[in-house]
Amino acid sequence: MTNDDWGNEMEKQMNRRKFLTLSGAGAMGLAAGMLPQLASAKEKLTIGIVYVGARDDFGWNQSHAVAAQALRGLPNVNVVEEENVPETIAVRKTMESMIQLDGASLILGTSFGYYDPYMVDLARAYPDVQFRHASKLWDPSKAPNNLGGFFAYRDQGHYVNGVAAGLSTKTNKIGYVAAKPIGLVLRTINSFTLGVRKVNPNATVQLIFTGDWSLPVREAEATNALISSGCDVIACHVDSPKVVVQTAEQHGVKSCGHNTSQAVLAPKGFITGAEAKWETAYKAYAIDIAAGRKLPNLIFGGYDKDLVASTPFGAGATEGARKAALQAIADLKAGKPVYVGPIRNNTGKIVIDKTYGNYDPFLEQTTYLVEGVHGSIA
Amino acid sequence: MAGDPTQTIPQPVTADGPSDRDARFVQIKQWAELLTISALAVLGAAVVFSLLLLVLGASPGEFLALLWRGGFGTWFSLQNTLVRAAPLIFTALAVAIPAQLGLVIIGGEGALVLGGFAAACAALPFHGGGSVPFVMAAMIASALAAGGLWIGIVGALRHFRGVNETISSLLMSYLAIAVMNYFVDGPLRDPASPIKSSTLPIGDANMVGNIPGTSVHWGLVVAIALASASWVLMRRTTFGFAARLTGGNVRAARAQGLPVGGLIITACALAGACAGFAGYFEVAAVQGRANASLATGYGFSGILVSFLARHNALAIVPVAILVGGISAAGGLIQRRLDLPDATVLVLQGIVFVFLLVSETLYGRFAVFRSKRSPSDI
Repeated sequence: MTNDDWGNEMEKQMNRRKFLTLSGAGAMGLAAGMLPQLASAKEKLTIGIVYVGARDDFGWNQSHAVAAQALRGLPNVNVVEEENVPETIAVRKTMESMIQLDGASLILGTSFGYYDPYMVDLARAYPDVQFRHASKLWDPSKAPNNLGGFFAYRDQGHYVNGVAAGLSTKTNKIGYVAAKPIGLVLRTINSFTLGVRKVNPNATVQLIFTGDWSLPVREAEATNALISSGCDVIACHVDSPKVVVQTAEQHGVKSCGHNTSQAVLAPKGFITGAEAKWETAYKAYAIDIAAGRKLPNLIFGGYDKDLVASTPFGAGATEGARKAALQAIADLKAGKPVYVGPIRNNTGKIVIDKTYGNYDPFLEQTTYLVEGVHGSIA
Repeated sequence: MAGDPTQTIPQPVTADGPSDRDARFVQIKQWAELLTISALAVLGAAVVFSLLLLVLGASPGEFLALLWRGGFGTWFSLQNTLVRAAPLIFTALAVAIPAQLGLVIIGGEGALVLGGFAAACAALPFHGGGSVPFVMAAMIASALAAGGLWIGIVGALRHFRGVNETISSLLMSYLAIAVMNYFVDGPLRDPASPIKSSTLPIGDANMVGNIPGTSVHWGLVVAIALASASWVLMRRTTFGFAARLTGGNVRAARAQGLPVGGLIITACALAGACAGFAGYFEVAAVQGRANASLATGYGFSGILVSFLARHNALAIVPVAILVGGISAAGGLIQRRLDLPDATVLVLQGIVFVFLLVSETLYGRFAVFRSKRSPSDI
C-alpha cells in the first residue's frame, strides 16, 4: 500500500471509530436518560379491581368505582378495572389476566362469591401478589397470608339513616326494601329500626324482601306496595338502590340511600344514605405497598375508622333530622354502641339481653327482626 | 359441408353438463366469491367499529394490538382463548347442523344450560362418590339427552305444526334458563352457598381434567373431534346428503320419498345434543356445579361463529378460536382502553350484521358468475 492509501485507510478507520464511539456514547446517554423513567415505571404500582356488575350502577359496584377513582389520584398508581365479571371461574381468569398481562401487584375483589375458591386458590398460586376481598372471610388457618379482607360496617350508616328517617316521617310508617334474609341484611334492618325508634318510638318499619341482591322489577313492585300502604319514607338494602330511590321520588316520597350516593336520583326527596367509604382502605393499601410495608390482612370499621360515611343531606332532610343525624354520627365516631339491651324481636322475645359493642361478633349472627319491624324472615 | 368426412366438425354441445375442468373452475370461483365477500363484510365491520372507537376516544390501532395481546399474544392469552373456543365449537355445531336443512336454530343457549343442568343433576345421586367412568357416562348421557330433547321439540314443532324454528328455539332458550333457575334457586339448591344459588358440586373426582401441560380442558379436543365427525356426517354419509337435499328443496326431497320429518327432528336433536355437550363441559370442566352462570352467552356467540363459518363444520373450529380470542381479549381491552364491558359484544354484533347484509351480495358480481353454457338457453 502506498502512503496515501495507508493514510486513507487510517482516516476511514478513524471515521468509523469516531462514528462508533459517538453512537456508543449516544446510546449510553439515551439509556441513562431513560433509566429514571424505567425505574419509575417499575415503581408504578398496578392495582386491579374486579366488579361483579356495572361501575355506574348507583350501588355496590359504584361504591368501589368511586374509591378506585380516588386511587387514581395517587402518584405512581395505575388502576385497571374490569366490570361485569360473574362469580365463577371467569373471575379467576380475569384476576390472572390482570396479574399476567397488566402486572398487577394488588388485586381487589369486590363481590362476595369471588373469595372461595377463586381468590383463595389464586393467592396460593401467586404468593408475590396481594389479594384483598370485600368481606371478613379471611381465616389465617385456612387461607394464605397474601390474602385478606376489608369490610365497612354499613349498618352504622343505616342507624344514622333511621335517625334521620324517624324524624322525617309524617305517617310514622317507613318502608324498607331488603334483598335476602341473611345475617348481614337483618342486622342492617335492625340498626335502621333502632335508629328510627330512638327518635320516634311511634314509627314502624314495613319490611319487604325481594329475594336476591339485584331484582329491579321486584324492587320497584315492593316500593310501590310500601308506598300504597302508607309509607312516606323508603329505605333499602339491595345491591343498587337506584330503582327504589327513583320509584320513591316518582311518587313524591322521601328516600334513604345505601352503598353509594343516590342523591342525584332524588333531588326533592333524598334524606341521606349509608355509604361505604372504601377509599380509606384502598389508599391505605397503596400507601403501604409504596412504602414497602406489609399490608394488614383485615381492615374493618365504621365511622370511627372512616370506612362508613353518610351521603350529604338532600332536600328531603329537615333541620331536625339533620341535627339528630349529625349527632348520631358523632356518637358512632366516639364508639357509642347501637345495640343497647334489652331489645325484643318483633314477636316479643328478648334477643339482645345486654349492651353489645358495635363490632361484637354476637351481632353478626343476627337471625331476628327487632321490635318495630313489620315483616318476617320466612 | 355436410357429409364431408375430411372436414373437422366442431364439437356439438351436449347436455351432459360441464366438463371436469369447468366444474373445478366453478368451484374456485365459488370459493373466491365466498372469501371476497366475507373479507368485505369483515372489512366493512372493522371500518364502522373503528369509527365507533374514534368517537369513544380510543385508538383503533391500540384496540387491534390489545386484541392480539389479549387473545393470542401470550401463552396465557392463547390458553384463555382455547378454553372459550371449546363451548363455541359445540354451540356453533348446534346451528350448523340444522342449517344444512335450511333451518335456522338459535336455541343453543337453552340447550347448553339444560345440558349442563342435567349433567349436574345426574351427578347428584352419587354425592361426589361412585365409580368415576360411570358417573361421567351418566352425566354425558343426560346432558346429550336433555339438549337433544329440547331442540328436538323445536324440530317437532316445525314439522308437525309449522312453527318457525328460529322463534321457537329462541323462546325455548328462555324457558330452559327459567327452568334451570327455578330448580337451582329452589328444590336443588346447595344450602352451603347462601349468597349465590347453585346445585351441589359434582365432586372433584368427576371433574374433567386439563390437557397435560396446559390449563385447557379436554373439552376442546372433544369439540374438534365432534366438528370433524359432523363434517363427515354431513358431507360423506347418506344422512348428510339427504339432509342437504331437504335443505335445498323440501318439495323435491319429499317427492323423492325422503323422510323429511325424521330428518328435521333428527338434525335438531343432534344440534341440541351438541349444545348439551357444551353444557356438560361447562359444568364438569369449568364450574363444577350448575348455576345461573351457565347462561353466559356461549349459545348466542355460537350463532355468530356458525354464520361466519358459513355453516361448514370444519371451518367452525378456526372461526371459534377467532371469536373466542376476541371475547378473551375483551377483559384486557376493557381495562386498558377504559371502554365499557359491552364493547366486544358490539364488535361481534357489527360483524354479524355486516355478514348477514353481505349475503345479498352473492351472485351480484359478474366476475364470479359462472359462464352460462349455450345449452342453458
